[in-house]
Amino acid sequence: MRYLVSVIDDKSNPGSTDRQPAISAFNERLIAEGYWVFAGGLADTDAATVIDNRGEQAVFSDGPFVESKEYLAGVWVWEAPDLDVALKLAAEASKVCDRKVEVRPFQ
Amino acid sequence: MSDVEKAITRAHHEEWARVVAALTRRFGDLDIAEEAAAEAFTTAVERWPADGVPPNPGAWLTTTANRKAIDRIRRENKRDDKHREAQMAYHDDPPAPPPSAIDDDRLRLIFTCCHPALAMEARVALTLRMVGGLTVPEIARAFLVAESAMGQRITRAKAKIKAARIPYRVPSAEDLPARVSSVLTVLLLVFNEGYLATGPDTDPLRHDLTAEAIRLTRLIRTLLPDDGEVAGLLALMLLTEARRTARVSAGGELVALDEQDRGAWDTALIAEGHRLVRERLAAAAAGVAPGRYQILAAINAVHTSARDIRDTDWSQVLALYDQLVRLDPSPIIALNRAIAVAELDGPEVALAAVDRLEHRLAGYHPYHATRADLLRRLGRGQESRAAYDKAIDLAGNTAETAYLTRRRDQLR
Repeated sequence: MRYLVSVIDDKSNPGSTDRQPAISAFNERLIAEGYWVFAGGLADTDAATVIDNRGEQAVFSDGPFVESKEYLAGVWVWEAPDLDVALKLAAEASKVCDRKVEVRPFQ
Repeated sequence: MSDVEKAITRAHHEEWARVVAALTRRFGDLDIAEEAAAEAFTTAVERWPADGVPPNPGAWLTTTANRKAIDRIRRENKRDDKHREAQMAYHDDPPAPPPSAIDDDRLRLIFTCCHPALAMEARVALTLRMVGGLTVPEIARAFLVAESAMGQRITRAKAKIKAARIPYRVPSAEDLPARVSSVLTVLLLVFNEGYLATGPDTDPLRHDLTAEAIRLTRLIRTLLPDDGEVAGLLALMLLTEARRTARVSAGGELVALDEQDRGAWDTALIAEGHRLVRERLAAAAAGVAPGRYQILAAINAVHTSARDIRDTDWSQVLALYDQLVRLDPSPIIALNRAIAVAELDGPEVALAAVDRLEHRLAGYHPYHATRADLLRRLGRGQESRAAYDKAIDLAGNTAETAYLTRRRDQLR
């Protein structure tokens, strides 16, 4: 089963910025234990562009699709046998990156 | 009730969870298990009066439910059901696990329904439906929620279990204490909903909830006989339930502990509760630290041991509260502790302790009711009246409001 693990940061109360070494070590472990599929940190939401091409022509707009205090700061994709395994890893992930994380299964 | 009706009710109580649990394991799907179990019981209601009660009702129900489930899967036999078919063929004759083993199917079912990834209200509803066998309309009525909303709550929870793959298994030893604690919280919520909501127009369904909570806790106790907190919660429920009839007067007014007719308490429930508390005291003496339910049960055991309020061993009650405060520093525990302090050190000392909780309990009616009583005992009538007024304003339960109003109006 694949799970998307979203790292949620908070603009008014951001997590600490010195987590990279710990996250790298955690990623090494995810790879070694066979859970790792993908991981990536995201640039600031200011760098986002929304494209809507459902109409006559594509419309580009600056900024994220939704403005909010909380935003997606990065993602993991994990392969785990069930939610209990994913939640256990997610609890560690939250500590490691000092941010909230959301676990959501792929269809 | 005819003998057949009694047999069906008994089978429903004893076998529902077992049937749902066995089907869930076999078919890997809560929806199929629930629906097939319900159909099997409907068939029993139709057939047993004419055919007679089968010699082994549980086996009859499981076989019938299995057949219903297979029928349904065949009916729905679409392309995407190949997986299910394969599973079915594989598990065609699953070995029945020993009934008292820790991996009992019912235990898996309970842990799945009380999974921490589900919202608390979803856990409560799902447990009552899948483990308790209550119908959706019954659960909806018990929690004063529209039937459609309750149905949705249960459907959504089942969908999440499936989509997120919440596992159907007993948690590892390492996770077990936290997961058992989640199950016990659900059961206590069910019990409290029945117990605290008891009003003058006592809805019999509410009593069903306390009875149901006790029944399910007994079940957990047979499945996890060595867990002290399970024993503690069961004892707490039994000792509370024992006083149920004495707790509300014929006129629908709450009767406080000091005014209850102790002769009306249920001695069988008390004896059972006391046995459990003694068992846990022996474990504590052997060095197993008791959890909060065990301590709460012990406090209730002290109260139910006194034939008269004046015989209450308040120093014992206070010692237990001191132990509880160390485990759970919540202001509600501190408030209850103050009531014991009043009996030992007088209302003035207790009032000082209660007043320190104001900023945290100002919206909690027992805080004001406790203050009102202490102020009354100190002869501070006017302040007592004001505290009763606040308590009456905040109390949601009519039996409690009636009691508080009488106490206020008795002030001079």
